[in-house]
Amino acid sequence: MSAIVSQLAHYNAKVARSRATSEPTWVRWTLIISALLFLSLFLFIPLAAVFTEALRKGFETYIAALVEPDAVSAIQLTLIAAAISLPLNLVFGIAAAWAIAKFEFKGKSILITLIDLPFAVSPVIAGLIFVLIFGLQGWFGEWLIDNDFKVIFAIPGIVLATVFVTFPFIARELIPLMQAQGKEEEEAGLVLGASGWQILWHITLPNIKWGLLYGVILTNARAMGEFGAVSVVSGHIRGLTNTMPLHVEILYNEYNYAAAFAVASLLAFLALVTLGLKSYIEWQSGRTASANEKASDQ
Amino acid sequence: MAKKHKPNNVLPGFNLSLGYTLLYLSLIVLIPLSAAFFKTTELSFAEFWHTVTTPRVVASYKLTFGASLFAAVINAIFGLLTAWVLTRYTFPGKKLVDALVDLPFALPTAVAGIALTAVYSTNGWIGSLLEPLGVKVAFTPLGVVVALTFIGLPFVVRTVQPVLEDLEAETEEAAASLGANRWQTFSRVILPALWPALLTGFALAFARAIGEYGSVIFIAGNMPMVSEITPLIIITKLEQYDYTGATAVAVVMLIISFLLLFAINGLQWWSSRRNSASRGT
Repeated sequence: MSAIVSQLAHYNAKVARSRATSEPTWVRWTLIISALLFLSLFLFIPLAAVFTEALRKGFETYIAALVEPDAVSAIQLTLIAAAISLPLNLVFGIAAAWAIAKFEFKGKSILITLIDLPFAVSPVIAGLIFVLIFGLQGWFGEWLIDNDFKVIFAIPGIVLATVFVTFPFIARELIPLMQAQGKEEEEAGLVLGASGWQILWHITLPNIKWGLLYGVILTNARAMGEFGAVSVVSGHIRGLTNTMPLHVEILYNEYNYAAAFAVASLLAFLALVTLGLKSYIEWQSGRTASANEKASDQ
Repeated sequence: MAKKHKPNNVLPGFNLSLGYTLLYLSLIVLIPLSAAFFKTTELSFAEFWHTVTTPRVVASYKLTFGASLFAAVINAIFGLLTAWVLTRYTFPGKKLVDALVDLPFALPTAVAGIALTAVYSTNGWIGSLLEPLGVKVAFTPLGVVVALTFIGLPFVVRTVQPVLEDLEAETEEAAASLGANRWQTFSRVILPALWPALLTGFALAFARAIGEYGSVIFIAGNMPMVSEITPLIIITKLEQYDYTGATAVAVVMLIISFLLLFAINGLQWWSSRRNSASRGT
């Protein structure tokens, strides 16, 4: 009986509380609808437009735009650029996070700011700096000609520009995560006789796997979608130095809208997969976090 | 005794990881960026100043900074609204909407550019509705604002959302029990707590918008003096093999971006300090 009374009292308090700290229904729905209207104007409608424009001339034209040789070579180059820049930035991200999260040293906050630099640099400038170094008039320009090696207007330049623009993503994801986790577990491993690599492989990496995966998919999305930086260094040679976003631009400027949107729809689909994975990771890491909390409570 | 001096030396790999970090950072970021500053030393200061202040370049600064500011203000207002709706209310499809807010981070800018152009041109879904009202978006400076709003959309939402989630219900209840109405509670209790996060999101959206290229060039129309952004000036100069001119304009943008980056770091430091302080009491 007293349980029911206390439950009722609790319920009444809850109602009073929600009335005092929430808005009338009409305010609520006005706010929800204005937010959705804003998001529709800038997000949902443009996203829907990509797929409708792609299929405007029918499914056959759509498929034809994706299997023509220039499109296929653009897809391949995009995959190559992502496949090279991902592991490079992955190793860097783990090394940087290890040094910054597990050790104290002077100038740490400057180092973190420097890692952030590529976020602040316009993609166009990211391309420009590699032209200044490896271009014809650049620092290594003559040396590269003498040795018959091309960086600018070739694949190495595209990879370099991609590495630059995706540089901070994984490190930025891992540093706060590893700082929050501390180093007790690693020290315990050390006491039990594990080597440095064993600690990294068996303790640190399993602890940071969700953050790592999160950083990897963000890096991958940006690597495959980068336009400005790659556009400066690529030279837009069809079938040779064209990535998917550049191929979209060429088709669009040729007024071949259906084909441009067909290739764009592939990239948009990739973006949606990225967002899906991201939500899944957030859900999973939230679950592990709450499971850990429960375990430590008991 | 040695342990007392270096209490963090227990774990291995410090020299290796920091050494590799510094090497990779220098090779990929610092040395290439310094190339831009070295290149401008080929110009005398008068030449440099002349290059970066020609009317066409100045017009592009005005457009780039004006449109970025406008877009960041739109994002601050509607980002706050979106974050509020996503944390406080329930409605069908909320999780999907929450996930899609990050679309501008994941969607390649070129795709965003052609999609926005298709939607906002005079025969597009939204453009055709605006044309009778006398509003032209695509191929005008307004188009630049639309593209930059898209690009900066997630920043304010994602900086404000966690702070809003962490706000204690007790403070709002206290305000209500002291006789404040809902608007007073919002403007005097909730908004001050959100202020640092809101400002950080605003600055991030602004910084991102200044450098943006891919989504803008399709919708802008790129008319010199009217709808030509500064990154496009750099590209145009590069295509004319005017490397020093392109670099001079790039250096101006780099300096502004670096100043913004430091301002943002300061803001984030302020905001995290305020959050931990308010949680401590």
